[in-house]
Amino acid sequence: MPNAPRGDKPLRSRPDERSTTSAQNTTRNPTPTRDPVEGQALACDLDNVIMTVGLSKTFPGGIRAVEALDLTVAAGEIFGLLGPNGAGKTTTVGMLSTRVVPSAGNACVGGVDVVAQPALAKQAIGVVAQSNTLDRSLTVWENLYYHCRYFGLDKGAARARADELLEQFHLADRAKADVYALSGGMAQRLMVARSISHRPHILFLDEPTAGLDPQSRLALWEILRELHGEGLTVLLTTHYMEEADQLCDRVAIMDHGRILALDTPAGLKASVGAATIARVATTGDPAALAAALTAGLGEGARAEIGDGVVTVYLKGGDGVVPRIVAHAEAGGFAITDLSVSEPTLETVFITLTGKELRE
Amino acid sequence: MSVVANVETRRAMGFRPTRAAGLIAFWALLLRDLRVLQKTIVVFAIRTVMQPLLLVFVFTYVFPKIGQGVGGSSQSEASFSTLLMAGVVGTSMIFQGVQAVALPLVQEFGYTREIEDRVMAPMPVWGVAVEKIAAGAVQALIAGLVVFPLAAVIPATPVHLHVHWVFLLTIAPIAAVLSAALGLTMGTRVKPQQVPLLFAIVVLPITFLGAVYYPWAALAPIRWLQVLVLVNPLVYMCEGFRLSLTSGVQHMPIWAIYAGMIGFTVVLTWVGIDGFRRRVLS
Repeated sequence: MPNAPRGDKPLRSRPDERSTTSAQNTTRNPTPTRDPVEGQALACDLDNVIMTVGLSKTFPGGIRAVEALDLTVAAGEIFGLLGPNGAGKTTTVGMLSTRVVPSAGNACVGGVDVVAQPALAKQAIGVVAQSNTLDRSLTVWENLYYHCRYFGLDKGAARARADELLEQFHLADRAKADVYALSGGMAQRLMVARSISHRPHILFLDEPTAGLDPQSRLALWEILRELHGEGLTVLLTTHYMEEADQLCDRVAIMDHGRILALDTPAGLKASVGAATIARVATTGDPAALAAALTAGLGEGARAEIGDGVVTVYLKGGDGVVPRIVAHAEAGGFAITDLSVSEPTLETVFITLTGKELRE
Repeated sequence: MSVVANVETRRAMGFRPTRAAGLIAFWALLLRDLRVLQKTIVVFAIRTVMQPLLLVFVFTYVFPKIGQGVGGSSQSEASFSTLLMAGVVGTSMIFQGVQAVALPLVQEFGYTREIEDRVMAPMPVWGVAVEKIAAGAVQALIAGLVVFPLAAVIPATPVHLHVHWVFLLTIAPIAAVLSAALGLTMGTRVKPQQVPLLFAIVVLPITFLGAVYYPWAALAPIRWLQVLVLVNPLVYMCEGFRLSLTSGVQHMPIWAIYAGMIGFTVVLTWVGIDGFRRRVLS
């Protein structure tokens, strides 16, 4: 079942591994070299379309962008790297797509060691970079046509493929247009069309919907779901938790170059240990309200106080609002604001890092 | 049980052998560059023709006509037209070779980083850099070819060309690659926004002190300059074209011409490719 998400346990990086890698990082040359693999290259297996072992990147100046990343992505998955700006997501995609040379560790993509055989690995991957990398000297159609030619399609096949993709991505009426003339959403569609035109095994998308209007974002999600349906493996980075939640089979939450948690979106949300989260504001003492609510709401309820607001985590979700109101009134507290939600990946991120996901 | 990837399983997955895929991608990138050249052919033509046209017109038509011929006597004027030909071909080639490679890199390395798409073609990064040189060399060769008719028609004094084909057919391709390699070096070794500045700092001195208007040997009275200009690759190119196109005009020893040109080509190609890799990979 290529499309089935893997039921891996949440993966947390171990401190002992981290320290070894840090030591290696300081001793290894951070500037790119032709072949930084020392010793044995990784034996790449075909079960995992993407596999990294201890993958690390330290940029000149000692900036540790990614530290000891261990990751496996199965064929047909949509895998998300979720984290704030500067978490190391783009560097990770850069290493997997051969443009960033790792400082340590190994990575296989499509069964090819990306460090030892970058040129071969490029055959297996399609990349949608964060910025608009369309060929500005060519038309919309030519962008697709020449990309196909780079990847070995002959003249006729490349023509047919370019036509087909323009239809599929609703860009046919723009075929002869300059890429300058495209809106942000159209340019992004063309980038995705181009990245899959040579039928790669894996598609990397780096912040694919950043800067897109909501409509274009939904359209792109639809496209990615279709590609997923066709069995394409997708690795995307995002700092939008809805995107990771809605689109991905599994999500790795990243911060400061490390994976903090890895699971299905449902699994991650369950890891918060609550089905319902209520935020209660009062004119009275928040600490006293928190105590009254945890006592009153019973087993499993726990409360936190931040910015004068009491956040209550509850196992169950039925009748939460009247129960909270009842317990608060019974304790003599006046409620000024009350909101109830289910846990989101944002909640997971806050629980893990103590800070919010957005910039 | 996990299957370890090897040559057979990869072939079954649709992978092409690395070398075959690389050659195909190289050719396709070249086709792309030629397509862009075709689209911008008018700009290319103006860029290519303007400088040699003015050079030939002023030096070999206007000056003799107004009695301020370079070289003094009418005999020397005539031979000046002849010896300038080689310089004009050399200058045109180096100008176009450098521009053809360095200027597009300003855009590709610019803030959109278009280059990140080009280097995802299934070939080594150095291969993409070599393709840039190849495409630039083609444009430099075209520029060199364009100059010949101009030189035959415009001068007021006759131009006596004696084509030595063996030399011309070896000097011209090396000169083309050398010019494009200089463009790659310039385009990758400085920040994209500073590349246009390089034309003032590097290209102008190269063309003015490149033995364009005089044979290198004629610099003997200014010994220090004669030695100094040996670091200028255009000197060897112009001397090479003098060797290829004229008889009876002084030129450097043949070995020195070839050694200088090949030496600069190798060094600039290496420095350019290395610079390209540093810009693309991090």
